[in-house]
Amino acid sequence: MAKSLTQEFVKGLWDEVPPFRLVLGLCPVLAVTKSVENGIGMGLATTFVLVGSNVLVSSLRKVIPSKVRIACYIVIIATFVTVVELLMQAFVYGLFLKLGIFIPLIVVNCVVLGRSEAFASKNGVLRSLLDGLGIGIGFTLSLAALGAVRELLGTGLLTIWKDWGLTFDIFGPAYKPFTFMVEAPGAFVALGLMLCLMNLVPKK
Amino acid sequence: MREMIKMVVVLTILSLGSGGVLAYLRNNTQERIDNQVLEFVKGPAIRAIFEGATNDPIKDRFTIKDGETERTFFVGVLDGEPRGIALETSGKGYGGDVGLMVGIDVKENALLGVGVTTHAETPGMGAKAKSDPSFAAQFKELSLGEPIKVTADGGTINAISGATITSRAVSSAATEADGIYQKLKSQIEEKLKGIKQ
Repeated sequence: MAKSLTQEFVKGLWDEVPPFRLVLGLCPVLAVTKSVENGIGMGLATTFVLVGSNVLVSSLRKVIPSKVRIACYIVIIATFVTVVELLMQAFVYGLFLKLGIFIPLIVVNCVVLGRSEAFASKNGVLRSLLDGLGIGIGFTLSLAALGAVRELLGTGLLTIWKDWGLTFDIFGPAYKPFTFMVEAPGAFVALGLMLCLMNLVPKK
Repeated sequence: MREMIKMVVVLTILSLGSGGVLAYLRNNTQERIDNQVLEFVKGPAIRAIFEGATNDPIKDRFTIKDGETERTFFVGVLDGEPRGIALETSGKGYGGDVGLMVGIDVKENALLGVGVTTHAETPGMGAKAKSDPSFAAQFKELSLGEPIKVTADGGTINAISGATITSRAVSSAATEADGIYQKLKSQIEEKLKGIKQ
């Protein structure tokens, strides 16, 4: 029952990695993963919200009356999301434009609310922090991986972070882009194939 | 009853705290965000108009009150003197307002150029007003003081094929900018003197 602190962190990276194992929060997963950069940006924004709301919810878990707990969680989450939104506008406006509506929509991302309700409201601050961090990083890596598959097949490029010049032309100019992958149906196909691959790995 | 009160108190305090944090952050990032918006939304059009400017037109901006509205003017230093100004106007397009950045050469009393900033026109048709530089190039060096029109209306601007409404919107926005410039000319020149030194 009682997991070690390390396990609390590591579980978010594989055993309970949100889009693939929990199959939660699919809306941004499918919509923004046109490039690795978008995936990383979305993932980091979600991680910030996840860690912040997890810590605050768990430290207030004895004060919040159970009847209005969801309302309280939403207030906390919405605050963190707005903080992220303002910071992104101020510092990485280009990325903010690309992610657009999906940043405010983190408020209703069920990964975030799910962790508050299922984990942070029942566990201590340190555990909740590690849980949020683990799940958040797992989410970021999943988005980046999905983004990499789609971008690589769809355009032949890999954009890790455009502002720093980290754009790589992997297949060279001779590659004929398979644009289906960067369109909406490609997101479903790529996600399904990745889920399939992950399930081929035997469980411990 | 006690539980009721506790629920209200907790939610109120949470909301108050949240409001406070957000207001504080908003105040502290407002200026930076405004700059970023200008840079990303209007920056490309402004820089294209002031090609070869030796200053940063987005930094060197001033505002003039025009009746109820406050208008922002961007200043471009060309050939060593601040002779270019740019202002944004809009015209009624096919899919809503077409925002247009209009550059004016104060010394020559002519248009420096125009650039579409925001629009919701049809891709491949009206959207060409922004993506096709040859359309905007027609506005370069047009003299001021008379309405700018597309050829169908008896003017000199060749409309984008299949997008006469968008072309009209751009032309009327440019004409509007000219009107504002003529109206505020003395104040603009006053402000430009301040930048000269």
